[in-house]
Amino acid sequence: MARSAVLDAPDVDRVAGDSVDVDELVEPHPRTADARQRTWLSPVLAAILPVVVLAAWWLATGQGWIAPQLLVSPWHVVMTFGNLFRTDDLAGQIGVSLARAAVGLCIGAGLGLLLGTVVGLYRRGEELLDASMQMLRTVPFLAVVPLFILWLGIGEAPKILLIALATMFPMYLNASNGVRNVDRRVVEAMRSFGLDGAPLTRHVIVPLALPQILTGLRFSMGVSVLALIAAEQINAKSGIGYLLYQAQSYEQVNVLLVCLFVYCAFGLAADLIVRVIERVTMPWRAGVAAR
Amino acid sequence: MTVAAPPRVRLAVQARGVTRTFGDRTVLDGVDLDIPAGQFVALLGASGSGKTTFLRILAGLDAATGGRVLVPKVRTVVFQEPRLVQCKRVWWNVTAGGVPGGGGRSAGAKDAAVAALAEVGLAERHDAWPATLSGGEAQRVALARALVREPQLLLLDEPFAALDALTRLRMQELVANLCARHHPAVLIVTHDVEEAILLADRVLVLRNGKISFDADVDLPRPRVMGGAEFDRLRIRLLAELGVLSPADPTSAAADAVIPDAVPPHKGA
Repeated sequence: MARSAVLDAPDVDRVAGDSVDVDELVEPHPRTADARQRTWLSPVLAAILPVVVLAAWWLATGQGWIAPQLLVSPWHVVMTFGNLFRTDDLAGQIGVSLARAAVGLCIGAGLGLLLGTVVGLYRRGEELLDASMQMLRTVPFLAVVPLFILWLGIGEAPKILLIALATMFPMYLNASNGVRNVDRRVVEAMRSFGLDGAPLTRHVIVPLALPQILTGLRFSMGVSVLALIAAEQINAKSGIGYLLYQAQSYEQVNVLLVCLFVYCAFGLAADLIVRVIERVTMPWRAGVAAR
Repeated sequence: MTVAAPPRVRLAVQARGVTRTFGDRTVLDGVDLDIPAGQFVALLGASGSGKTTFLRILAGLDAATGGRVLVPKVRTVVFQEPRLVQCKRVWWNVTAGGVPGGGGRSAGAKDAAVAALAEVGLAERHDAWPATLSGGEAQRVALARALVREPQLLLLDEPFAALDALTRLRMQELVANLCARHHPAVLIVTHDVEEAILLADRVLVLRNGKISFDADVDLPRPRVMGGAEFDRLRIRLLAELGVLSPADPTSAAADAVIPDAVPPHKGA
């Protein structure tokens, strides 16, 4: 073992020989990065619960443990799905529903983002708006359905407005809180370097509040589907809610189940959309950073 | 009207009777200070002595309760923490708010940013996200951000306090070199006596809301820590900061060697 002349002490061997006791010692086992990474196992794990439920369903209906008037078999649901596509223009109904949800969401979440940002940025804005918004937010949106029908009739307007109203508040709450929580020291530094006003809001404050704004978007999207069901029971002639309403009247369990699966698909799609937005708009977050 | 006047010293800072109170606590109690253009001044003080408050008043970030300050139009701050905008790339951070010679998001701004980053040795990191930088690198970006505006007054608020000892030494050398090249007036707020002597042309101590000590540092540059002159000043400053008691023999000796420092810039 080569050692420097300066450090070399002639009589002392710095490395102990065999006469050491390491029985009490252990090797550390740090949590490695791959324990947290996605592998082939991840989708398998995600699929376990749905597969188990599906199998139980199949078994219960196939063995006749549950009466077909209450629950039809999975295969029956798939067939109904195909039939609805051919006879009731299911694709068209989904399109109508999605359009309503999207327009309502754009108006509601857009307004929520705008108001939330203003309230988060300015004390005067908070004083002007926040108390009223907190008050309105506790009104269940279903309670205003009769009023909307009275005021706006039974066309598209009350449906879209109902969805807009329902989706505004989750976005408002998250946006105002997110903007308020942006690191004031960074904002102060930017102001001292001459960045102020609208550019400061656009380039720094809103992007830094994005994680919470996107949480608001998740909530808003979820609420939009909920509001969609309520809205499409207002004398609708099309849409998934209308289909659901019809099926309920005629006790068509198979159609009810198809509608539920369509809503599930909406939820999954909404989550995927937000994930994509997160990836695209927040490449700067340390864990997500591409480089 | 011709009056025989002494040669006029161009000032970067003129403060007269600056006071600042928080509630009924007086932090600054009539601070008078002139800093000539291009001078590197270190402001020392115990924790809570109001040195950061004074810097923030000069920066225009806080208002004084009383008194008057005059500062150049172009002045920039390096804060104790880097304070980078996490959602923008490094080069954007350097030129945020616009720089002379490169307006806004133009290609000129990016070139100016890369040039400034090259001066702090980070040119190749201009496209990185702030979250991927080490503490020292982030503070160098903050330094580039302050220098790219070509300030006439550079305000450093304990800029190395959050860095490890080795990085701090390197940063001190970098700041000394960059200030020698760009030659802004500098006010560095620090509680590190060695750092003050190493970097500054002049050291001040803020105590009980007033400048209690004001002396030029006449050591040749580039400076190294240690040496008789260095130690004498160091001991004198520590005594002024209340670390060494006046009864302490070393402190008394220091007083004997350096008599009470004469404020060299009175009424400049």
